[in-house]
Amino acid sequence: MIRILMLLAVLMTGPARAEEIVLGLSQDEVAITATFEGSEILVFGAIKRETAEPDGDLAVIVTVAGPDAPVTVRRKARRLGIWVNTDAVQIEQAPSFYAVASSGVLRENLRASEDLNYRITLPSVIRDVSANVMDSPAFEAALMRIRSREALYQRLDNAVDLSENTLFRTAIRLPANLTEGNYRTRIFLTRNGTVVDSYETEIIVNKVGLERWLYDLAHDNALLYGLMSLAIAIAAGWGASALFGLLRR
Amino acid sequence: MQIYLPIAEVSVNAFLLLGLGGMVGILSGMFGVGGGFLMTPLLFFIGIPPAVAVATEANQIVASSFSGVLAHLKRKTVDLRMGTVLLVGGLIGSGLGIMLFNYLRSLGQVDLLVKLCYVTFLGIIGALMFVESLNAIRKSRKAGGPVPTRRKHNWVHNLPFKMKFRVSGLYISVIPPLLVGVLVGVLAAIMGVGGGFIMVPAMIYLLGMPTKVVVGTSLFQIIFVTAFTTMLHATTNFTVDIVLAVLLLVGGVIGAQIGTRIGVKMKAEQLRILLAVMVLAVCGKLAFDLLITPAELYSVGADGGHA
Repeated sequence: MIRILMLLAVLMTGPARAEEIVLGLSQDEVAITATFEGSEILVFGAIKRETAEPDGDLAVIVTVAGPDAPVTVRRKARRLGIWVNTDAVQIEQAPSFYAVASSGVLRENLRASEDLNYRITLPSVIRDVSANVMDSPAFEAALMRIRSREALYQRLDNAVDLSENTLFRTAIRLPANLTEGNYRTRIFLTRNGTVVDSYETEIIVNKVGLERWLYDLAHDNALLYGLMSLAIAIAAGWGASALFGLLRR
Repeated sequence: MQIYLPIAEVSVNAFLLLGLGGMVGILSGMFGVGGGFLMTPLLFFIGIPPAVAVATEANQIVASSFSGVLAHLKRKTVDLRMGTVLLVGGLIGSGLGIMLFNYLRSLGQVDLLVKLCYVTFLGIIGALMFVESLNAIRKSRKAGGPVPTRRKHNWVHNLPFKMKFRVSGLYISVIPPLLVGVLVGVLAAIMGVGGGFIMVPAMIYLLGMPTKVVVGTSLFQIIFVTAFTTMLHATTNFTVDIVLAVLLLVGGVIGAQIGTRIGVKMKAEQLRILLAVMVLAVCGKLAFDLLITPAELYSVGADGGHA
């Protein structure tokens, strides 16, 4: 019953939307090759309107999220004069990568209630339930701080160009230390901080060529892979020895 | 030139890795240490995940030790018989060590134990070796003549199961080398290294082997211990990064050849004092990290792993 009601609600709001997002991506696939140095993805699009433009501050928010994984954050403390990992918090789900770009200042373009609903800002994306330690927010903050430093978490205010309140574009930089997976890409349109439309797509990040082959071999055929590693090591050791033997002669 | 590592999933500078491999390879050839105790922290430092660094490092040590052993075999400075006895002990020791490691991991705090192990053993071995070789150098200067042999008869020589180790010029019981092998095996498994830096002093001071033979013999047994470790990591944790290993070992095998040649030209005391200084330096750095307030109190690790 609830499901039917929800479906009805969706159907009713669907056609009634005054503004709609039409999206383009520079690429919907990122290939990790041996010389991968990171990549830049261009997200662009337009806002389609059937009627005249409604009032209110318009903003566009773009988020790109890497695959979720559980993470352990540890904290050191001084015990008997030495620094030891004492407390640990398990964060149930945290994206391996998260970028959120907005056309204005994110906090002004998005109501807190809407953020909770759609999980847009970084703190609302990180899911944490286990509470082994009283101050687990400090651990979440540490996770965000550390990953921000590695450019894995990015908050890009004023990074979406919005022209004539119709066309928008932004570039999201994916760093070189990227993990594989489907990168969920969402675009939100807000008026006065309320989401009026959203659009979702995926960017697929994949290893290709030699990288793909080695990764698969290491996981599917571990014994063979291990033996291959040893064979290479032995061959290289012998090769260098033989080479130097020749050089001395 | 940046290279993306398929297993480590990070992008690193290829020339940096070649250089690191070469540097550690030279040390390996000179001193008969695998270099794992140096390389592993260096890899952590450039951002390789710890599990991948430890596993891949083992693979690289196979290459540089093999290259080093070949050079030593040509000079007939490998005691194969002694190496085999040590190896048998070593494999028993690694089995015990892995069991101990897993038990400690279930208690937590295994990281701390590993670090304390490093500081303690590096500190003791480094200090002892430093003092001893300094005395040896002083003595040989004073006397001007041949260096007095350090071989003394003690309880070690009264044990049963005596065996002749011709290359080392020893006729001793197999029990001490076997025990040394076991002890080094246990420590190597806990600390995730080949154990050369413990094995070398143990052979010199406990077994009374001549320094020149010690290096080749140590390398000989390290090959097998690290090959075993590599296979273990590759099949259970999938953490051997072959691209990283190749980059490191190209530098490593060349370095080992150069190191062996440098080592042959140097006096035994000088060799030992240099190794002592290096061991003490690494120990100092680790102790420093434990004592000084870290810049970042928090660390992020994959679930279940120990970072």
